[in-house]
Amino acid sequence: MKPASFDYHRPQTLDAALGLLARFGERAKPIAGGQSFGPMLNMRLARPEHLIDLNDLVELDFIRVSEAMLEVGAMTRHHRVATAPEAARSHPLLAAAAATIGHYAIRHRGTLGGSLAHADPAAQMPLVAVISGARLVLQGLSGRREIAASDFFKSVMTVDLAEGELVTSVLYPRLPINAGWAFELFSRRRGDFAVVAVAVLLTLDDAGRLEDLHVALGGVAPVPLRLDLSAVAPSGVIPDDTWIEAVSEFAAQSIAPEDTVQIPAVFRREVTASLTQKALATSLARSRKASA
Amino acid sequence: MSVARMISLTVNGETLEATVEPRKLLADVLREDFGLTGTHVGCEHGVCGACTVLIDDQPARACLTYAIQMEGHEITTIEAVGGTDLSPLQRALHEEHGLQCGFCTPGIIMTFEAFLRDTPDPSEDDVRDVLSGNLCRCTGYQNIVAAVLKAARTIREERP
Ligand SMILES: Cc1cc2nc3c(=O)[nH]c(=O)nc-3n(C[C@H](O)[C@H](O)[C@H](O)COP(=O)(O)OP(=O)(O)OC[C@H]3O[C@@H](n4cnc5c(N)ncnc54)[C@H](O)[C@@H]3O)c2cc1C
Ligand code: FES
Ligand code: FES
Repeated sequence: MKPASFDYHRPQTLDAALGLLARFGERAKPIAGGQSFGPMLNMRLARPEHLIDLNDLVELDFIRVSEAMLEVGAMTRHHRVATAPEAARSHPLLAAAAATIGHYAIRHRGTLGGSLAHADPAAQMPLVAVISGARLVLQGLSGRREIAASDFFKSVMTVDLAEGELVTSVLYPRLPINAGWAFELFSRRRGDFAVVAVAVLLTLDDAGRLEDLHVALGGVAPVPLRLDLSAVAPSGVIPDDTWIEAVSEFAAQSIAPEDTVQIPAVFRREVTASLTQKALATSLARSRKASA
Repeated sequence: MSVARMISLTVNGETLEATVEPRKLLADVLREDFGLTGTHVGCEHGVCGACTVLIDDQPARACLTYAIQMEGHEITTIEAVGGTDLSPLQRALHEEHGLQCGFCTPGIIMTFEAFLRDTPDPSEDDVRDVLSGNLCRCTGYQNIVAAVLKAARTIREERP
């Protein structure tokens, strides 16, 4: 369990990091918090010849709030996202989800950019990016581009990142003041990756009618799954318990999870239904409280 | 191919040097090059928490960090905790029978020294959440939880 040999580089600026990545091409890999890549190196599932350490790039460690957007730098640690008041105010769903990643020590090292680039199907940050309609800012030596989170995640641990490109930040539209939101996850042991994770975002109008609803699921498909709810949740309905049950059942039936000995598909469906139910109820309560 | 390089690290306030390959884990350099064997190594992939040390005062896995990355940072290991006396957390673990074989204990102490510094009045649930990052095959965790809560009380009372 020791990594294969590599050369180590510690660039001091983003430009220098991009230069090294361009120079070494596919022989190089960046390392951020090392909380996913460290295990892969130690187990020799990855054997880069050159390791480019991003930890000195303080320019990528920031949380900025503007009128419409929350922008978080790629090197921002999960713990900071989970605890920064400006994150909690402008995107409480993101902060709450970050607080459930792994364990305390893991959250102090792991970064937002690393989590998104790693793209574990059960991970919290990809799910929140997708449900939020976030945009990732990517930078390579040849320039900067933005991509919608829903286009970035291609498959299990596969993302739309060109050779030599880095994730530099993520732009989240701020949640409206009256938004209802919830993040629910089930795992066998606290801190393990989710068996199923559910994120909900919704708004109600002044009369308590549904305006807008998003539900996304993690752990049930190769990439975060955003549900099309137009059939069961048209805007204008007054959400009640029957409605919650119908939407949750619809969510459970929308997935085609793997059927394994450890986690049978029927179990994942049941967990999906019950977590969705809980998340919808919590979101509705939060939205009603915010508008009261 | 990577060649061994001389690196200089600050560990427990001292400057220590070693000639190591870039791929050498911080945990291994602490143990093998610096003789600081209080940092234990269980799984080498971040799961067990036995290797937890402080990097710039924050808890981190020494098995997911390469020593060469730590130049310019401050490492704190279990050897720096307590002194002639035990720290309040060490004392509480002793009194509450929070360890048996002791393999997991250094990682648990480093994690909670940092946590209690930042969270002086944690709930039992907070403590269990943080403790989820450290595996213990002996105690069943109950006594560790009791010890951490007791240490938190002691630290609060001893504060000016
Ligand atoms: C015990 C344990 C439990 C965990 N539990 C969870 C969990 O419950 N949920 C969860 O989501 N995660 C969990 N993790 C993983 C953790 O969240 C990681 O922090 C995260 O997946 C990767 O972030 P990192 O900064 O550590 O990236 P690294 O491990 O350093 O890198 C991961 C990958 O991303 C690439 N990369 C890193 N930064 C960039 C960038 N800016 N641009 C482009 N590519 C980049 C690297 O080359 C590598 O391929 C756990 C880890 C451990 C060890
Ligand atoms: S040895 Fe580092 S977490 Fe297990
Ligand atoms: S006391 Fe033996 S592993 Fe915890």
